[in-house]
Amino acid sequence: MTSLPTSTAKKLGLVIDLDTCVGCQACATSCKEWNTQGVSAPLSDDKPRSAEPMGTWLNRIHGYEVREEGRDDARIVHFPRSCLHCETPACVTVCPTGASYKRAEDGIVLVNPETCIGCKLCSWACPYGAREYDYPTGVMKKCTLCVDRIYNQNFEPEDRIPACVKACPTGARSFGDLGDANSAVSQLVKERGGYDLLSEMGYKPTNKYLPPRARRDHVTFAEPLPKSDGSAMDRLFAWADKLMTTAKASAKANEADNADKLEG
Amino acid sequence: MNPAYSVILFTTASGAGYGLLALLGLVGFNHGQASSLAFGLTSLVIALGLITIGLLSSTFHLGHPERAWRALSQWRSSWLSREGVAAVLTYPVALAFGAAWTGVIDAPQWIGPLGIATAIMCAVTVFCTGMIYASLQTIPQWRHRLTVPVYLVFGFATGVSLLTAIATVFGRFQVFQVILAVLLVAATLVLKFFYWRSIDATPARFTTGDATGLGKDVRQWEVPHTNVNFIQKEMGFVVARRHAEKLRRMVLILLTLAIVAALLSHFVMPWFSFVMAAASLAAAVTERWLFFAEAKHVVNLFYGSTAT
Repeated sequence: MTSLPTSTAKKLGLVIDLDTCVGCQACATSCKEWNTQGVSAPLSDDKPRSAEPMGTWLNRIHGYEVREEGRDDARIVHFPRSCLHCETPACVTVCPTGASYKRAEDGIVLVNPETCIGCKLCSWACPYGAREYDYPTGVMKKCTLCVDRIYNQNFEPEDRIPACVKACPTGARSFGDLGDANSAVSQLVKERGGYDLLSEMGYKPTNKYLPPRARRDHVTFAEPLPKSDGSAMDRLFAWADKLMTTAKASAKANEADNADKLEG
Repeated sequence: MNPAYSVILFTTASGAGYGLLALLGLVGFNHGQASSLAFGLTSLVIALGLITIGLLSSTFHLGHPERAWRALSQWRSSWLSREGVAAVLTYPVALAFGAAWTGVIDAPQWIGPLGIATAIMCAVTVFCTGMIYASLQTIPQWRHRLTVPVYLVFGFATGVSLLTAIATVFGRFQVFQVILAVLLVAATLVLKFFYWRSIDATPARFTTGDATGLGKDVRQWEVPHTNVNFIQKEMGFVVARRHAEKLRRMVLILLTLAIVAALLSHFVMPWFSFVMAAASLAAAVTERWLFFAEAKHVVNLFYGSTAT
């Protein structure tokens, strides 16, 4: 049924820290690895070793150059993008077959590969590009929040988390119940000012993004040498300093000379 | 958005088919039984044929056409499902009308009610088609108050053009067909003109900074993959502005040509109605291609588009 549950007992989701993400792609590759053999299997590839490889991935890591107001320099922010398991997702309600659904028990948005007709309308309805069509199998694929890991009783408790969270080497990804105000993820969101993507569209994403922390980039150079106390050691340093300064100055002069020649 | 030919063929062919069928229903309501069995059958076969070809072609872009029947189940929430239900329900109503109208079944008292019911079902189906697009918040050019009216008026305009051409063949050419054709094609032209003016004047709603929540000045630095993915193939198609303007002019010229041909069919000779039908159908196909090609999906903000 593509009508949405009025509320869900839990709101399982991810919290992604844009401050600590280093863009290593470990979450993307481990997602692909796990989900091409689990309930989402297969995540097909088309000519993976050609010059134009294509394939179905459920997690994509973008990189953005972000310039803050009043600054000339920019910084790079790595930006993982996957399904946000929205509370009121349009991808579910537009589905004509009922293959897309949102679970009442934990809020996870899933696609039933047995009833999906591959019309792709859900991918049109999602503003986040979370759904990718698997061409060879003719059905839509999306993040399952590793539903086949998080409830897997055969796993050790510490492994009952999504593959991407398990793989992240910097701890930039956290998993938990965002519907529980006391959960670690909810506390993290509160503490760090976690935000929704495109909240204006009204789909109420469950996943939250933690903004990059304020920059701490006051570049500090070596402190100037203290005044000489006249000792032999100090005179030695002064002599070395003078020598290097002269060398630097003559190198600079050479450079300027060369530049003149090049221009000429 | 990627202009998939199956969807363009579907919406234009079924639009013209439903337009024609609706007009046949209204003709039946107004005049009673069809003027000849041959005319009645031919026009019904063309209308239902176009609708069927359109519906079949829409299943070509499905990953699993054999599961298409499942699309009838979610009419409570999905406009695509509602369209499917309306399309399926139109068949029995149209066939019953056709049987009474052509005299295959002798039930003249039913021609009027069934004709009206057929026309209503046609309008409802095309309305649902338009709503599939108009309900998508992710594509500002589609979530527009003129999207549904344009779908409806284009369907009726191409339908009446076909009706006039078919009537010409059977010697049933009448002035009311020309008046209706001129009015509907002119309405299409006006609506489309205002639609384009409106989408050009509407400022972009979001920037990459809004989509990522990273501030005002955000530029793409690195894409997540070396080759295009499904998202870019399906949603990333953008027509060059110069190209789009040329095609827009073409649509307006074709519609104007259809109006001129409609007038010539009355004042010179009825066979000009074929020019009208060809011009209006060509306009519909071009317009539908542009409808997709000019649609900018919000997801492109993550892929280097600065504003949508």
